[in-house]
Amino acid sequence: MIKKLFTVLALVASSAAMAAGGHTVHLDKAPIDLTDKESLQRGARMFQNYCLGCHQMQYQRYSRTFRDLGIPDDVGMATLGFTANKVGDHIKNAAPKADLANWFGAAPPDLTNVARVRGPDWIYTYLRTFYADPSRPFGVNNEVFPLVGMPHVLQELQGIPYKATETRLVDGVPTEVDVGIKTDGSGELSTEEYDRAVADLVNYLEYVGEPSKLESRSLGIKVLIFLGIFFIFAFLLKKEYWRDVH
Amino acid sequence: MFKNFMSWIEYRMPFMEKMNLHVMQYPAPKNFNFWYFFGSLAMLVLVNQILTGIWLTMNFVPTAEGAFASVEYIMRDVDYGWLLRYMHSTGASAFFVVVYLHMLRGMMYGSYQKPRELLWIFGMLIFLVLMAEAFMGYLLPWGQMSFWGAQVIISIFGVIPVIGDDLTLWIRGDYVISGATLNRFFALHVIALPLVLVVLVFLHIIALHEVGSNNPDGIDVKRENTGEKIEDNVSDKFTFHQYFTKGGKKIIVDAIPFHPYYTVKDIVGVVGFLFIFCWVIFFAPEGGGFFLEPPNFEPANPMKTPDHIAPVWYFTPFYAILRAVPDQLFGAIFMFLAIIFLALLPWLDRCPVRSVRYRSNLHKANLTMFCISFVVLGVLGVLPATPTYTLLAQIFSFTYFAYFGLLWFYSKNEKTKPLPVRLS
Amino acid sequence: MSNAPVDHGRRRFLTIATSVVGGVGAIGAAVPFIASWNPSEKAKQAGAAVTADISKLEDGQLIRVEWRGKPVWIVKRTPAMLESLTKSVDKLRDPASEEPQQPDYAKNDHRSKKPEIFVAVGICTHLGCSPTYLMKDFDAQVEGIPSGFFCPCHGSTYDMAGRVFSGVPAPKNLMIPPYMFVDDTTILIGEDEGTA
Repeated sequence: MIKKLFTVLALVASSAAMAAGGHTVHLDKAPIDLTDKESLQRGARMFQNYCLGCHQMQYQRYSRTFRDLGIPDDVGMATLGFTANKVGDHIKNAAPKADLANWFGAAPPDLTNVARVRGPDWIYTYLRTFYADPSRPFGVNNEVFPLVGMPHVLQELQGIPYKATETRLVDGVPTEVDVGIKTDGSGELSTEEYDRAVADLVNYLEYVGEPSKLESRSLGIKVLIFLGIFFIFAFLLKKEYWRDVH
Repeated sequence: MFKNFMSWIEYRMPFMEKMNLHVMQYPAPKNFNFWYFFGSLAMLVLVNQILTGIWLTMNFVPTAEGAFASVEYIMRDVDYGWLLRYMHSTGASAFFVVVYLHMLRGMMYGSYQKPRELLWIFGMLIFLVLMAEAFMGYLLPWGQMSFWGAQVIISIFGVIPVIGDDLTLWIRGDYVISGATLNRFFALHVIALPLVLVVLVFLHIIALHEVGSNNPDGIDVKRENTGEKIEDNVSDKFTFHQYFTKGGKKIIVDAIPFHPYYTVKDIVGVVGFLFIFCWVIFFAPEGGGFFLEPPNFEPANPMKTPDHIAPVWYFTPFYAILRAVPDQLFGAIFMFLAIIFLALLPWLDRCPVRSVRYRSNLHKANLTMFCISFVVLGVLGVLPATPTYTLLAQIFSFTYFAYFGLLWFYSKNEKTKPLPVRLS
Repeated sequence: MSNAPVDHGRRRFLTIATSVVGGVGAIGAAVPFIASWNPSEKAKQAGAAVTADISKLEDGQLIRVEWRGKPVWIVKRTPAMLESLTKSVDKLRDPASEEPQQPDYAKNDHRSKKPEIFVAVGICTHLGCSPTYLMKDFDAQVEGIPSGFFCPCHGSTYDMAGRVFSGVPAPKNLMIPPYMFVDDTTILIGEDEGTA
């Protein structure tokens, strides 16, 4: 038993060390704006077109997405509700889980809460740092997710990305220097457009992670203002009574 | 009419009599500072936890298959479910913030010293039950941290010689943490431990009102009546319950009735607390990943440990002590000793002066060092156990325990400052 | 210690003002607790409108669809049944459907949008049993009326427009749910032009 505990603790320690030291990749800041409904709608379309084939959002209902994003139910069902029988259905796919796990090495995770698990910056960087790597089964690897099992599904948008290097003089010696990820330009979108499209998708994932967030903020302001007013009265009352004591 | 009704009640049950004894005519020292808010705040948070907890059980499904989804159901499908859940999850952390500060107050002003030893012991029992309550509650959302956090903590019981293995098996009710574990933790979390907690809080207050509140000066407000006139005694203005002045042998000096003076003051404290509490609930419910940890938004997966697991922040000082000791068994023993020593404070501190205000500089330094150790251990408990951090944890575990040893040593003949006669 | 006289007016004002503000806060804090008892999104989606295909409905036939856990009847009334509605009028408790047991568009002689298609919640207004549809033998219950609905629990009777006869335990006519015709052969139950 002691051994078992030791193993668990060692596991914790080592994984913690990895967490602290492993992620040295710089994460780009995702431009999140939950009030930008158009961006969220574009993101929802991206998700339906490129992600839903393998990933689900099994806790989010179509109706909730439509309502919060300002899409009328019938329009939403016609343009986005590919997998829904009813507008109240959850955003699921019919993909066979066991086959998916076989194809990709692991079952594709549910994405309802992915923005809360990974953080929006991680996803934003992840989707923009695929690069060609012929040694991998799908021919791509990833900067923030080494040995990733997922193919680069957005390749038709981005083009084929590769790790670019340049020869520069470092201390007078010509050296190959990493200059980030570039694309061969075969994609439908320019680099700026691609970044924007990924940002929309991440924005939508952030929304789905916590659909109550905007409501929470607007209610929160009211509650804090109320407490401010309450504080004034409570403070004056206290002062008034304590004149007996001081 | 109302008066008749009240006397009808009073004849059968001494309601007003008890209200007077514990609230209206309870003599509270007049010099309570903000440190004295945390008792009533702990009560407020307890009520918050019980109410939101009852409401969460209305939609929570305590099974391994249904728990995670039911939490998402509460967050997404139930009207204001997200708010009830955040009130509960933030309340858990707030409970520990408030209780730690309440305990520090007791240590600063010597509130554990005679005759308040039993009061302190009840407080320590509340703290223990609270930790069990928090630990079991954290398993219920059935996320990755729920599962692996429970895995680590239950494994700690496995280091007990001879019975360890059987004990962990018995606690889990399975060979791994499973639905059986979840069910029993749910029952304990929502029924058994809250009942124990409420009873202990009741006893804590009964014990407090028997001996009376301490105060920042650490001197008594209930004194022998020598018949001498006491100048400028604010207490002369008020009526106190005869229980506190039995037979005229005792008099009350520099105390005021709890109600209305401390009720109106506590309202100010409560509103101030709620401002911060609500800010967290509405704008930062994850508490920077410390109140709700990111991996816990993934369902429990016995096949995959999250990259980085640490207990929730309120356990980390003790967890750091556990990790600092190289031997597993002794690590667990020291972790429990860290709490036991706190409970023994009334007997370790042999100084007749209570408040840190009138105690030696050595004591002030010692107490400061203790606070620093506690905080540093808390931070280290979150960080990975690199050799440097482990060494730091060992040093600060030592200073944590040194507090008690030193205290016992110097408190017998401590060079204290003269005590004032009256409250400041 | 100040010996200034206590300003009772100010003290009372502040006490009342603080109590009122605190009371408002308590009511506000109660809102999430009370609101969380409303039907959740899941319940609302389960209670959403249902469609029924009536293309194969024969004359005099009754089909049941489930809406919000209750049986909803769709009956294709024959001309004879529609005719019998005028005969039952003087035996009914509420022949003109004055009680609000139906949407406005069903407050007419046949209690429906289209005369021949009758839609109603098949729950007796007495104690909630589901009445039996007697297509032919109803005159054993009410003389001269060939078809109607008979509740086996306490013997309440309704005519072919779901109107309750007088002298039976049931107090009101059968409930007509909101509904609309999506097209000639499809009915949407639970939603109408007004709520859609």
